[in-house]
Parts: sequence; C-alpha cells; structure tokens
Amino acid sequence: MIPLLGLIGGVLIGLLWGPDVPLVLQPYLPIAVIAALDAVFGAVRAVLDGIFNDKVFVVSFLANVVVAAFIVFLGDQLGVGSQLSTGVVVVLGVRIFSNVASIRRHLFRA
Amino acid sequence: MSTAPPTPPSPPTRTGPGYGPDDGEGPSSWKRLLRMARPRATRANAFAALLAIALGFAIATQVQQTDQSGLEQLREDELVRILDDVNQEQGRLANDTRELESSRDALLSGASSSSEALKSAQDRLDTLGILTGTSPATGPGIVVTINDPDHKVTSARLLDALQELRDAGAEAVQIGDVRVVASTWFADVDGAIEVSGQRVAQPYSIKAIGDPATMASAMDIPGGVTESVRGDGATPTVRQAESIDITALHSLQAPRYARPVPAPSK
Repeated sequence: MIPLLGLIGGVLIGLLWGPDVPLVLQPYLPIAVIAALDAVFGAVRAVLDGIFNDKVFVVSFLANVVVAAFIVFLGDQLGVGSQLSTGVVVVLGVRIFSNVASIRRHLFRA
Repeated sequence: MSTAPPTPPSPPTRTGPGYGPDDGEGPSSWKRLLRMARPRATRANAFAALLAIALGFAIATQVQQTDQSGLEQLREDELVRILDDVNQEQGRLANDTRELESSRDALLSGASSSSEALKSAQDRLDTLGILTGTSPATGPGIVVTINDPDHKVTSARLLDALQELRDAGAEAVQIGDVRVVASTWFADVDGAIEVSGQRVAQPYSIKAIGDPATMASAMDIPGGVTESVRGDGATPTVRQAESIDITALHSLQAPRYARPVPAPSK
C-alpha cells in the first residue's frame, strides 16, 4: 500500500514540478523506467508466489535500473545505442508480459 | 539493510510460502496481496516506498519530456525532412512578412496622403462656401447703413455701392437679409428695393467683410457712394468693425445647362 501511494505521489510530484530531464540522462531514463517497471511487476508476482522479499525487491529494482542504463550507455559508446535500447525494451517487455500473465493466473485463475 | 530480512507474513491457514502455482486459489491470492499491501514499518518497506516515489517521478518526468520535444526520437532522414519543411516555411513566412510590410507602408502613406487630401478639400470647401454664399462668414469689415425714409435711393445706387465694395476687396457681402453672390440682382418695386426678389427693409444695411479701412475710404471718395446717396436725400453711415458676422445664406441650385469640363487627367 505504501509503495503504491509512493508511486502515485511520485507521479504527482513529477506532474506538478515538471522538471527537464538533464541531457546526460535523456537516453537512459526511458530504459531505466521500463527496467524499474519490470522489477515492480516481478515483485507483485513474487508476492503472489509467496516468495516476496523486501530486500530482494530493492536490490533487483536498483540492479535492473543500473544494468539497463549501463547497457544503453555501452551501446551508445559502441555506436549501436538505438538498437541496443530496442533490444533492452523488447527483453524487458517480454519479462513484464510474462510477469503480468503469472499475476493474472494467480488473481483471476485465468 | 537489516541482516534478518523480515519474513513475509505467511498466511495462517496456508502453511509454507507456497512455492509454485497455487492451483485454483484465487481468493487466497487476493488475501495475500492485501496482506502484503498493509503498511509495515520496516526499513526495506520504506526503501521500497522511496523507490516507488522515484519510479513515479521518473515516469511522469519522462512522459512530459516526450510530450515536450519528440524530436530526439526521430531518425536522421525524418529530421532532415523536418528541417527542410521548416526552411521552406521560413522562406514562405519571410515572403509574407515582406509583402505585409510593403502593404502596411502603402497603407500608412495612403492614410497620410488621404488626410492631406481631406484637409485641402475642406479648405477648398470653406473658400467656395464663402464665395458662393453657402457658408456663414465672419471677419473684419464695415457696415454701411442708408437711412432713406423718402425712398429716394434706387436699386442702381445699391448696385453701385456693391460694386464699389467689391472693387475695394469685399469678400462677403450681405444686403439686408440677402447674401450677395454672383447671381444677385436688384430691382425697384413700388418704391422699395428688392434684392434677388426679396424686399429689403429700411434702413438699408450693407455688411461687407474685407479690409475695413480700404472699404470705408472707397465709400467716402468724392463722387462715391456716400456722396451720391447724400445727394439723393438719404443719410448714409459707414461703420468699421473688427468683427462682422454674415449669417445670411444663399441656397445653390444645380445648374441646368452648365457642366464642368473634366480636369485633364495627370
């Protein structure tokens, strides 16, 4: 409940404040957001599986974000930034879909 | 992090963490979710909340960023196309600007020249109004009064007086209640004098606007109007005034035959 409230609060802060993304972070923020979403859905699934662990969630969240941003950064350095971004988004998207499917099976038995 | 991670509260009815798919146990899944959603005062939970805040903030910021620009997402050829479009648009708008500026200048100069034309037309109208007797006039001048109880003065005498005043530079003349214009005529009718068909009441009063001294001396020259009238047996008086109002108006009639010759076009 508290993380959900935090999510809503963060969205509100972002909407009201509306800061510009620093130029350095602009390529990485979208990927980092998707990676974080992947961690969140994974956490919900873990809750339903009964294996949720706060520490694991926090660590996986941060690791997801950092690794995703690092991959994009590396791709930029190698000159394949856009392709690698697409690849990361596809992989994370697939993971999110599978997590959501698992959650759905738990909650709706369908 | 806490060395002993808080174990997730295990459901009291179901023993064990429940690895693997819960076969057809939807309601307990909801309960588990709700139980996890309950606020727990642990550092990890607070940290998770912090991360959630950061995530929400990042999402909102990124969405706004994407809304704002959108150009970063485009490929190179699209950017080139957009640049071309912008350049063409800029050229077109520059053309528009030039045209509008030139038409604005034309309108501005036209407005000033038309106001000039209006002013000169108004001046001309005033002059013509005084000349044709359609406008009241005011200015310095003289008033000639002829007291003629015995009706000795003839209309020819008044015509002489008028001619004398015109020679002396009278610009606007009124006899009795009649404005004197180019078509004014005089007649003797039954011992009285008519000017343009209107009987002039005694004593005859001639108002003339012009240089007062010149006109007064023109009246008084030997053998002039004053002397002739006095010889007729009437009493003339000439009064100079700083300001004379000529208020009688002449109503114009459109000419039946005369037509203006069109001015040669420049």
